[in-house]
Amino acid sequence: MSARVRAFALSIAVLATLMVALLAPAIAALAPAAAAPLDAATGDALILAQEDDEEPAAEEDEDEDEDEDEAEASVLFGTFRNADGPVEGVQLTIAETGGSDLGEAVSGENGQWEFEVPGPGDYAVTVAALPEGVELRDPDNNTVEVTIGTGRRAVPLALGEGAAVSGKVALFLQQTLSGLRFGLIIAMTAVGLSLIFGTTGLINFAHGEIVIIGAVVAWFANIAGLHLVLAGAVGVAAAALTAGVLDRGVFRPLTRRGVGLFQLLVVTIGLSLVLRFIVLIFFGGRSQPYAQYAVQQRISVGPFATTPRDLVIIAIALVVLIGVATGIQRSRIGKAMRAVADNRDLAESSGINVERVVSVVWIAGGALAGLGGVLYGTMFRVSYDFGFQPMLLLMFAGIILGGLGTAYGAMIGSLVVGLVTELSVVYFPNELKTAWALGVLVIVLLVRPQGLLGRRERIG
Amino acid sequence: MDFEAIFGSALRSALGPQAAVYALLAIGLNVHYGYTGLLNFGQVGFMLVGAYGVGISVATFGLPLWVGVIVGLLAGVVLAIILGAPTLRLRADYFAITTIAVAEVLRLLFRSGPARPITGGPFGLQSVANEFYAINPFTRGIRMGPINYTTQVSWSLVVTWGLVALATLLVALLMRSPWGRVLRAIREDEDAARALGKNVFSYKMQSLVLGGVLGSVGGVMFAIAGSTVNADSFRPQITFYAYAILILGGAATRIGPIVGAIIFWFLFSGVQVSVRQMQGSDLLPGFLSGANAVGASALVLMGAALVLLVVFRPQGIFGDPRELKLDA
Repeated sequence: MSARVRAFALSIAVLATLMVALLAPAIAALAPAAAAPLDAATGDALILAQEDDEEPAAEEDEDEDEDEDEAEASVLFGTFRNADGPVEGVQLTIAETGGSDLGEAVSGENGQWEFEVPGPGDYAVTVAALPEGVELRDPDNNTVEVTIGTGRRAVPLALGEGAAVSGKVALFLQQTLSGLRFGLIIAMTAVGLSLIFGTTGLINFAHGEIVIIGAVVAWFANIAGLHLVLAGAVGVAAAALTAGVLDRGVFRPLTRRGVGLFQLLVVTIGLSLVLRFIVLIFFGGRSQPYAQYAVQQRISVGPFATTPRDLVIIAIALVVLIGVATGIQRSRIGKAMRAVADNRDLAESSGINVERVVSVVWIAGGALAGLGGVLYGTMFRVSYDFGFQPMLLLMFAGIILGGLGTAYGAMIGSLVVGLVTELSVVYFPNELKTAWALGVLVIVLLVRPQGLLGRRERIG
Repeated sequence: MDFEAIFGSALRSALGPQAAVYALLAIGLNVHYGYTGLLNFGQVGFMLVGAYGVGISVATFGLPLWVGVIVGLLAGVVLAIILGAPTLRLRADYFAITTIAVAEVLRLLFRSGPARPITGGPFGLQSVANEFYAINPFTRGIRMGPINYTTQVSWSLVVTWGLVALATLLVALLMRSPWGRVLRAIREDEDAARALGKNVFSYKMQSLVLGGVLGSVGGVMFAIAGSTVNADSFRPQITFYAYAILILGGAATRIGPIVGAIIFWFLFSGVQVSVRQMQGSDLLPGFLSGANAVGASALVLMGAALVLLVVFRPQGIFGDPRELKLDA
């Protein structure tokens, strides 16, 4: 009984720490408003308002589209202007959502552009190149996703001012920062996955869905009026709860029934389908931004141009990861986790309550995954399906690179994976960045299958 | 609610070419998972290379269809060797992760912009099977009670189910042979098989190639039946459908994949049509009325069914519980 109480108290403590860490953006949010000439919040509202105008029309189109066939072409269009008037020569690439390029468009003399897409569907419009001295209002989100039925659909992409990135070296530095940011988020989500494997031997294919639940619950709380900081805490709690329920309600009883690991693996796959498509039913297929911090003015920090939001994300991730590492190294439960991961039977026979340790790993790992999801959603957008591709695949690459079952290995491996993913963009097409990270995975398996930090043991 | 329409439509897809393609995938998976104990979560990758083998040969390079079929099958062999070489010596979980990752990477590669001149990128490839339909012997479509198929579908349906029968026979004969007994020995106890002097790695590789090529046959027929190849048809869910089919029918059984495919598609499309009809007559609560709800609710049910089956009846309908005591 007291063990349960302590486990509960510990998970509350973990959650509380995360909440405190999440409060940081509130402080940071005040800074850019003063620093940037264009208020981030206003820009945000502008773009959101624009989208709100468009949405009903687009949905009507979709409805019509089901009844009649494509008599009319689907056209995306927009206008670029800044303080000096219309901007000519903005190059755009248009792609199917999550997919590859369909073609390019360039804004004309009056700042206008248009592009005919093959038919109704979801498309991503990316700003490929800007004329000199012109910058997007939010340089990190140079892609806008739109849904189009038939007819014309305006694409909300707004210009602002800021430091432009030019040249390969600058791009390299920029992508290094993005890679660090992305790697830290992958690391945060991968620690739980790796420790669950280390303590139970189970590869949890539903871990990506825990990430999603964190992000999506935070989105609903955010839309209901909660500030993102609080909404994020709600999302983290929901993810921790989901993970706890999966442990107590599914995997512990099944292990007691003597269900084998192979079967449990198939169970995690079934659960990931159930969770993912329940989220689809409630959240819908479109990707959505959070109400705060979606658009921010870029500031210069040394050779990097970045947004305060990203700096805060990096700071939160670093603090949390260092906290987790310290906890695993120093605290009693952390030592117990390492002992169980090392040798379950030996740990059990020396008096460690293995089930309790596993519970803590699930709940803390779930909370970390949820936080990773919220940060990912803040950085990009929230959608129902980013949990599998790219997140779960990159987590796998990270933990195999670092050494399956270790916590520090998962962190280091994920950082490498994040950097590889983002730096590949400097030289190779953007849409293949996940493929490069997974290429690294295959090479590691060939050369050093136990991973960077894994022990040399027989794993064949 | 029009129950006759639901039943007809469910039965139509349960016996259609798509169910036969999935039966082929599941037969391949049966060789991996059922008989050898390999957790291949990337069966859709084999399907993809089979389909693109046909598509690229015919639509991009203008080669005859039979060349495309051979290219598709060879691509399956090559993929199996590339996948197996680094991972089959490792523990089963490494294999599972690598297969799922490689299959998804293949999809991303084939649908990417730079690959467009060859694979058609996100637009895919069209009219890949004109030669196949040019020799269609059917002048009238098949009619059976409430269901009927067009002449084209009838032709691909007969050929695909014919291949399913051939594949079933082939696997049944192979598994009765000494070769098949070694595979099962590896599944039961890898170390014991090794101790008896069997080259476990080599047997696993042969099993991976055989099952993979059967998956590629499924891909080839998938390309031919639809006459198009599009990367987005090859999402990771396909592999999970194949697992559901295999476990439903019974892994390590001869006709499990066939029965599983028929039941799976009957239920899967039955649920979808029912949800759509209930949406039409406003029988559903608000949250289930969206456009996504039809496919999503069927997938939720499928995921739940997969979990329940694995937990409560891992041997499926026909399986023997004494077989398949898999434990990593």
